[in-house]
Amino acid sequence: MNIEQSNRNEIHFKMKQYLNLFISFFKIGTFTLGGGYVMIPLIEKEVVNKRKWINNGEFSEMLTLAQSAPGPIAINTAIFVGYKIKGFKGMLTTVLGTVIPSFTIIMLIAIFFAEFENSKTVERIFCGIRPAVVALIAVPVINMLKNNSFKVHITVIAAVSAIAVWLLGISPVIVIIIAGLCAIMYNTFISKQC
Amino acid sequence: MLSTLIQLFITFFKIGLFGFGGGYAMLSMIQYEVVEAHQWVDIKEFTDIVAISQSTPGPIAINCATYIGYTATGGNILGSTVATFAVCLPSIIIMLIVCKFFLAFRKNKYFSAALKGMMPAAIGLVAAAALMLMNSHNFVDYKSVIICITAFILAYFFKAGIIKIIVFAGILGYVLF
Repeated sequence: MNIEQSNRNEIHFKMKQYLNLFISFFKIGTFTLGGGYVMIPLIEKEVVNKRKWINNGEFSEMLTLAQSAPGPIAINTAIFVGYKIKGFKGMLTTVLGTVIPSFTIIMLIAIFFAEFENSKTVERIFCGIRPAVVALIAVPVINMLKNNSFKVHITVIAAVSAIAVWLLGISPVIVIIIAGLCAIMYNTFISKQC
Repeated sequence: MLSTLIQLFITFFKIGLFGFGGGYAMLSMIQYEVVEAHQWVDIKEFTDIVAISQSTPGPIAINCATYIGYTATGGNILGSTVATFAVCLPSIIIMLIVCKFFLAFRKNKYFSAALKGMMPAAIGLVAAAALMLMNSHNFVDYKSVIICITAFILAYFFKAGIIKIIVFAGILGYVLF
């Protein structure tokens, strides 16, 4: 009887952990606009301060990692936290939690938008939005360069990459690979002390 | 249909795999693959999708994948599912490997050297995304230029929120065009 009771408690406890993981990341996925960098403070609040799943030091290590790995930063963070707390299944829980809100909202909009795409009103509204989108993408470029204090080599690499993709039509994937390889070669052959 | 799904999977897997620097840097990759290479959407539709992704919650790459998967398959939820799954899969594989070796990875001199080149390049990719959208489809006349400059000032100097700017630009568009 006692064993059964404790077993049941244990199962209950495990389910609750998965549920908490799911709820936390569902919240992160639902309430963050503007992508990864905006999500970071909310993730920190939820994962470090509220649930205490990982501590401050681990969080900043994780951020570097999530930013160094390819893919959306929010997804990388979700993977890290989920895997650390509950292994592979925990990771699936947090990834689904992050993706489901976006997925549902975008599906609804895609279905809805297809109906109104050819309406004159919607076209006029989007005529105004499109140039604003360009500005909204340009702002983080300047902010990122500013965060790097406009260091010459960073600004030059960024400018060359931008021109390669924009004017020369080179695939961004190729640009990223070449930038990585050049940096490795520079590090190996030219600046040995780095 | 099946071939479109396979194309979607390969394309978004590639975007997820090489998408260093987060969502905005991935935009130019998505645009290159989806507008130029596969022509699933045209440049105007792509800009609309970016606007929608920016004004809805969640990672921009996920939002784009879901939307483009739907459009590319002619309105099939399976397309969205495949594209969204494919863009997340490289992250899952890589992060699982990285989690296992955690610090060894950060300290690896080749990896950290490569990052020193890839991170500035990623900033350039964000810039390229903005530059590629600066075309005659999105900039119809001088009014578009005024909206762009106004949005830039609001975002950069006044730190206005994305939604507010998009709503404002939408109203301006309705009034001016």
